[in-house]
Amino acid sequence: MKKLCILIGLLACIPAVFAKQIVVCQTCEVSTVKEAIAMAEDGDEVRVQKGWYRENSIVIDKSISLIGEEGAVIDGEQAAGILIFETDHFTIKGLKIINVGVSYTVDHAAIKVVRAKDFTIEDCVLENVFFGILIEKSARGRIRRNNISGQGTTEAGSGNGVHIWHSTGMEVSANELFHMRDGIYFEFVDDSEVFHNLSYQNLRYGLHFMFSNRDIYHHNEFRNNGSGVAVMFSKYISMYENKFMNNWGAASYGLLLKEIYDAEIYRNVFSKNTVAIKGEGCTRIQYTHNTFLRNGWAIKIAGACYTNIFEKNDFMHNYLDMSYYRKVNDNRFNNNYWSEYSGYDLDKDGLGDVPYRPVKLFSYLVNKTPESLVLLRSLFVDILNFSEKVSPVFTPDNLMDKNPLMQRIND
Amino acid sequence: MLKILKYSFYDLMRSRWSYVYFGFYLLLGFVLLFLNNDVSKAVITLMNIIIVLTPLIGTIFGVMYYYNSKEFTELLLAQPIQRSHIIRGQYVGVSLSLTLSLVLGLGIPFVLYGLFMSAAIFDFGLLLVVGAFLNFIFVALSYNIALSTENKIKGFGYAILMWLMLAVIYDGLFMISLLLFNEYPLDTFSLAATMFNPIDLSRILILLQLDISALLGYTGAVFKKFFGTSFGMLSSLLVLVLWVWLPLLRMNWKLKKKDF
Amino acid sequence: MIEIKDLHKSFGKLTVLDGLDLSIKKGGIFAVLGPNGSGKTTLIKTLLGMVIPNSGSIALHGQDILGKHQYRNHLNYLPQIANFPPNLTVSELIKMVKNLRPKAANEKGLISLFGLEDFLSKKLGNLSGGTKQKVNIVLTFMFDSELIILDEPTTGLDPISLIHLKQLIQQEKAQGKTILITTHIMSFVDEIADEIVFLLDGKIYFKGSIEVLKKETGHKDLEAAIAQLISKQYA
Repeated sequence: MKKLCILIGLLACIPAVFAKQIVVCQTCEVSTVKEAIAMAEDGDEVRVQKGWYRENSIVIDKSISLIGEEGAVIDGEQAAGILIFETDHFTIKGLKIINVGVSYTVDHAAIKVVRAKDFTIEDCVLENVFFGILIEKSARGRIRRNNISGQGTTEAGSGNGVHIWHSTGMEVSANELFHMRDGIYFEFVDDSEVFHNLSYQNLRYGLHFMFSNRDIYHHNEFRNNGSGVAVMFSKYISMYENKFMNNWGAASYGLLLKEIYDAEIYRNVFSKNTVAIKGEGCTRIQYTHNTFLRNGWAIKIAGACYTNIFEKNDFMHNYLDMSYYRKVNDNRFNNNYWSEYSGYDLDKDGLGDVPYRPVKLFSYLVNKTPESLVLLRSLFVDILNFSEKVSPVFTPDNLMDKNPLMQRIND
Repeated sequence: MLKILKYSFYDLMRSRWSYVYFGFYLLLGFVLLFLNNDVSKAVITLMNIIIVLTPLIGTIFGVMYYYNSKEFTELLLAQPIQRSHIIRGQYVGVSLSLTLSLVLGLGIPFVLYGLFMSAAIFDFGLLLVVGAFLNFIFVALSYNIALSTENKIKGFGYAILMWLMLAVIYDGLFMISLLLFNEYPLDTFSLAATMFNPIDLSRILILLQLDISALLGYTGAVFKKFFGTSFGMLSSLLVLVLWVWLPLLRMNWKLKKKDF
Repeated sequence: MIEIKDLHKSFGKLTVLDGLDLSIKKGGIFAVLGPNGSGKTTLIKTLLGMVIPNSGSIALHGQDILGKHQYRNHLNYLPQIANFPPNLTVSELIKMVKNLRPKAANEKGLISLFGLEDFLSKKLGNLSGGTKQKVNIVLTFMFDSELIILDEPTTGLDPISLIHLKQLIQQEKAQGKTILITTHIMSFVDEIADEIVFLLDGKIYFKGSIEVLKKETGHKDLEAAIAQLISKQYA
């Protein structure tokens, strides 16, 4: 990694000796970005000064730095995409880019990057975009501190905030993404890191992984999205210290896991989601030190899930802690804190002396007939749950936490 | 009628049971707030209690008061007052004193714990309104039973049965029919079935004000559409009014033929 | 004053009043007698509007009273069992009953007559049966009405209060009022009643003065005369 850095440094520095600066302003000799790009050579810096530039489809195939000064706005006037980079080693910084054209056939983006390596996109504001940043077949890009928003009202009529396809070694950090389809979308993206982003009020997902392996996301916050995060058909994903909040809605999830293997999920907070984690076909997943607070369901497991291990999580005030459609298989629950646990701890070792069964008869019935949710919190349901607790008939009797904690641990 | 109401109310306000009831709610309010110190969380726990207990207490108080004041009612019947005014006055007196115990008993601790600065004030207000409705509904229902049943023991039995029916058995049958017919769209059925039971209706009305309402959207669009709007809220309240009004109508009708 | 015509009332299969006709003139004390279940209480309650007859008519001063309530302002009723709201005080109860009737009341003399001054601020639930009956009597006699109906007025009274009660009844009679009494105490009837109305099987079996009754039955003793009337029921 160190060597790589030095190499990048050298590559950046050597041409800089000969580099020139091209200034763009509306009263200057060079009054459009396009002209400036045409004049520039590898290693040059293009400075866009304050002004309103009505341009689109600007193709950049030179390794330059494109710097926006305060008040510099490029307006695509809803015609098409705006900047298209087809080069390595470029930087774009501080520009405001607005009004990307919506198309149902072409993925127009504010910044599109094709087959690029070692580039930086930072401190840009992208407003009213179709796609925000669209990256294809690239490597080692850094996307930092951008503010990306759209105005889509339907999933088909809106694009993703940061959309990356077939790339490796990407870093997406400290961006703010809202009113898009997906805040961040990864498809075939490996060995990448997503952190400190805030993604909210997006139509579909705050963050979406498809066919992506060995990625990490942490310290992100996902609020009020259609669903928080979806991780699908992916392996070795590490998810930690994220917040999944207020993903309320008929089919909303905090975190949706589908056909994924070997993931770890720890120290996350799931608060007020219809379903905090929904898992379908998940294998070898470790869930540790997560907090599930006031969700509709904390965990909903459907389909073939094997070797899912839940340890040292706090399950607090969820309407239904757990729901299982099929067999429990070799999934394990141990040492979790359950706010509804009513057992005792006579030997004072901090562990309850009787096991806790997180699946209630009512959640079993709701699985069969969702409409019975109408009876939530009625006396009849309490009685039903109590009798099932005393002598389990319908709920899987091997689904239990044998050593429930008496105190919450992830405060 | 107002005079009878006034004296029934005075009588009940001085009764030991009113104080026990008031004290119970007072204690409950303080304990709940002391335990989690979070007004909005306490509201949810309170809902569970109000939904079950208010109807039960209303039912028992209603029958008890009717049978206990039977002789006094006869004395009043010899006075130049319409009999419907006497019974209705007593009915309002009982319902009102129960409601007062509820509102004050819960209101005092919540106000002391800073309800007015909390976002839960609307939820709490709705909780009290629903509690008051349940009082009026169940006292009316139990008065109907008492008026139709001479035998005190039988009257008590029927009243408790009525409570059990609406609080538990109804939901059981509801659940069974949902499970039996789960191949059919059940939205409208669930909605109707909820309307026909004041306890269910009150429960849903409160649930919908909490975050959990989104969860109910899960059960289907009709429900979400109906309860998600102010139209749903208003019509639910209207149905609660009907639940008071219809038993009162029957009470009047029964009184026209009743021999004391 | 009271005109009852063809009054029928049955509770389920049990017929209690079976075409009863009764006419009572103004003034005097009438004892309504009869064996248990003969319909005395039902008759009185029908008169008060508490029991609704199946058919027949009742008129007071020539005006039909069935289904009405204002007429009750012109009658006083002493119920058999006095059971009042236990949490009200005696004076509150008196105030309340006064409040319910648009008529002047004179309770002060009655309260001192029965020595109730010390009980005025006591709760009714804490009073003994006799004291409750005294309160009951005060409530009945404090209004000036032309018809007074007393259902077992002597229950639980001590001898002195009984004497006061008899005096009260005589005073009211002297003012030309009509008084209906039901009781099982024959000596009380013998002492006080002008006329006897004897009910049997839901009908008036005998109506007339005590003297006529004694003559007809050939008994000098009222109790024996009544007993003979009743025994005919079983004959």
